[in-house]
Amino acid sequence: MKKYTNSGNKDTRSGFGEGLHEAGQANKNVVALCADLIGSLKMDAFKNEFPDRFFQVGIAEANMMGIAAGLTIGGKIPFTGTFANFSTGRVYDQIRQSIAYSGKNVKICASHAGLTLGEDGATHQILEDVGLMKMLPGMTVICPCDFNQTKAATLAIADFDGPVYLRFGRPKVANFTDPTEPFIIGKAQMLNEGTDVTIVANGHLVWKAIEAGELLATMGISSEIINMHTVKPLDEEAIIASAKKTGCVVTAEEHQRNGGLGDSVAQCLALNLPTPQEFVAVNDSFGESGTPEQLLEKYGLSSKAIVEAAQKVISRKKT
Amino acid sequence: MHTLPEISSQVRRDIVRMVHKVNSGHPGGSLGCTDFLVTLYFDLMRHNPKNFSMDGENEDLFFLSNGHISPVFYSVLARSGYFPVAELNTFRHIDSRLQGHPTTHEGLPGVRIASGSLGQGMSVAIGAALAKKVNGDKHLVFTLHGDGELQEGQIWEAAMFAPHNKVDNLICTIDANGQQIDGATDNVLGLGDIGQKFKTFGWDVVTIKDGNDLQQVGDGMREAINRTGKGKPICVVMHTEMGAGVDFMMGSHKWHGIAPNDAQLEEALAQLPETLGDY
Repeated sequence: MKKYTNSGNKDTRSGFGEGLHEAGQANKNVVALCADLIGSLKMDAFKNEFPDRFFQVGIAEANMMGIAAGLTIGGKIPFTGTFANFSTGRVYDQIRQSIAYSGKNVKICASHAGLTLGEDGATHQILEDVGLMKMLPGMTVICPCDFNQTKAATLAIADFDGPVYLRFGRPKVANFTDPTEPFIIGKAQMLNEGTDVTIVANGHLVWKAIEAGELLATMGISSEIINMHTVKPLDEEAIIASAKKTGCVVTAEEHQRNGGLGDSVAQCLALNLPTPQEFVAVNDSFGESGTPEQLLEKYGLSSKAIVEAAQKVISRKKT
Repeated sequence: MHTLPEISSQVRRDIVRMVHKVNSGHPGGSLGCTDFLVTLYFDLMRHNPKNFSMDGENEDLFFLSNGHISPVFYSVLARSGYFPVAELNTFRHIDSRLQGHPTTHEGLPGVRIASGSLGQGMSVAIGAALAKKVNGDKHLVFTLHGDGELQEGQIWEAAMFAPHNKVDNLICTIDANGQQIDGATDNVLGLGDIGQKFKTFGWDVVTIKDGNDLQQVGDGMREAINRTGKGKPICVVMHTEMGAGVDFMMGSHKWHGIAPNDAQLEEALAQLPETLGDY
């Protein structure tokens, strides 16, 4: 098992804030909008350096999505910032018609996604956003795994032409990816090559997958760990190649099982290489208040849950 | 060069013929807004039909928020030269660029945003107006909204944003025809004094008493244009009659979304001289 070192816990939203600031410095067409959550989204640096390219819209997310769509008409590259719930469910029709169907180059940047928002509880812990966004034709959906990768992804989407949903979170989590590695949209990141089981994870669950891989190694199980940071377009080649090698797959994500990464992987395998698969995801349930770690444990998104899923799926392999 | 009344008559012919052919579409609001759109596209807007660009830099922009009145929009765009007039024949047909509601998806020149799901166009227009400000582009952004559309909450989010941010290169026109699908707006969900509402939100408001009188539309819109650049967005409350120009389509909401039959088409066309040549 390849060794990964946590360079110090950091929040992915701060990676977004740094990436946005740098993207703004690199390209004067980058503009940003926020719905009364500048501090939470870490957008201060951008706002302070580029006040003329920053738009505070107030608590009015539908309007924010429409304004962002309009700003593209005139060559701007708008980044919207609010919580994941208010970036998707609240404004689905605005995104669908004014952004996705209209093919507008808007970057929908969503923080506080999933259970790890923690104590605020289920009203804010959206676990359906990836599904909502990946269903929209032409929408790119990205869930980076740590601070460094979120920053790199933010820079990458500024250079990409088309609507993007970028999902990140609030808690300080392990920061372990190489800060110099460029982010390639749609290209899975191979974290560990293995032979017995494939673990496909994204977002905060990638570090859990690495922890699980280490536990599995102590049991003599060799796991191949893939960071599927881009849910759409899905790197099907990487999934098929790995499933061919290991013969079984575990997916792990901080999202509903319905509509998430696991669904996308299952669809890919069903069409190309039917393979036993286990899902580490929230199973048709809302979240609740608690600390991020308590919630991940309670809703079955821990490294232990990934280990158990791996053991189970290995037992389902055709021999 | 044809006069505005001549163009309006032809556009109205186009509308009823398009809707009749495919036996679907929205003639009522289209006829009611014909004089407005003809005035904008053939008299007031500085635009570039022969060389359409999505960004629309250094030209005035128009956004149709109440996308269901696509027949009048398509006719005016075609008659302005954005695309061949013959293409009006494909309205709402399979494989057409003239979708039931306007879209950028099929690449129809002149359309810069999809609309149909109501209440979104004002926000989009604000974004485009802000982009013009950031770009140092002095041109204007126009919109059209239905009065029933004002029941959508997003409109009021946008209505609050524009004055706060001094978006004064924006002229939003409300088609106040008092009608919506289920009946009179006063009965469905009363809008009260629309102009006063926008004034209270911080807009400068211009009223056009008869939006089916080309002179009044021209004067009102020129007044609105004169008031731009003074720190406030402009709202034009334009009173129109649904179905204007075709007597049996006027005076009710009945013709909001239905097509005339063959006899009704003939009756309508008899009231609308062919001026520019039918497509």
